[in-house]
Amino acid sequence: MTSPQPRIGVLRFPGACDDRDALWALSALDAEAIFVWHTETWLPDLDAVVLPGGFSYGDYLRCGAIARFAPAMEAVVEFASAGGLVLGICNGFQILCEAGLLPGVLRRNESLSFVCRDVPLIVERTDTPFTARCEEGQTLAIPVKHGEGNWYADDGLYAELEARRQIVLRYGEPVNGSRNDVAGVVNERGNVMGLMPHPEHAVDPLLGSADGALILSSLVESARDHALAVV
Amino acid sequence: MKATVLVRPKQGILDPQGQAVESSLRQLGFSVGEARIGRVVDLDVDATDAAGARAEVERMCEQLLANPLIESYEIELAEP
Repeated sequence: MTSPQPRIGVLRFPGACDDRDALWALSALDAEAIFVWHTETWLPDLDAVVLPGGFSYGDYLRCGAIARFAPAMEAVVEFASAGGLVLGICNGFQILCEAGLLPGVLRRNESLSFVCRDVPLIVERTDTPFTARCEEGQTLAIPVKHGEGNWYADDGLYAELEARRQIVLRYGEPVNGSRNDVAGVVNERGNVMGLMPHPEHAVDPLLGSADGALILSSLVESARDHALAVV
Repeated sequence: MKATVLVRPKQGILDPQGQAVESSLRQLGFSVGEARIGRVVDLDVDATDAAGARAEVERMCEQLLANPLIESYEIELAEP
């Protein structure tokens, strides 16, 4: 019996720029990846959703603040509340924070400069649908490219997140001023994750690193389990 | 009714833009203690009385104009 191809929707907002890379990377990792336009009020039958990077709605007001009200986002909130897998990359992470699906907020980089380079990323947890293929403590090389990746939570919230082990990825060196070098977090239930680095830009050794494939293939496998459960 | 919303980085929240402006002002020879940078939103609100307008603008701030994790806001209503 052949295992079903999981179906993963990539949301397209005006101003997104990494949507095609995400679609390409997921397809290369054996998912059936399809675009979902931001004005859709419902999602097709999906096993996971990816919110790609870019500058949705010009990042006006605050990054992700406007995209959060896109009709498709309401459907994503519903999908996530039902336990659906949602991964937000860069701008997608910012949108998930503004939508209240993930804790904290992404602010202007401490240096005020746009950062664009490969960074070391330490995997803190492997018992999530997004990091199951990684090893605990493993250091991944994945590029970042952002001006507003400085994740922040106040003392109370940060302590809660640590206690619930919601910090999944940390930078191995200072990158943007992010609190305790946080690079990626999950929600309490563990079905929604956001990260600033771009795994979709690191799925082939030709691109300098294939470490991003560990994260995306973890997602594809988890989505496949979902597809199997449904079939 | 005209309303103005002032959105500021909360006290204690790092404001790198403010810090950059502060150091530029010092380089120009100005003596400044601290510079903080926020945002101004001018609005024309469809309301007949000040209380109604304020309540409406407050809802706008909570839902969109400010992020309560890092920003505080202040509402000013123009005299009718």
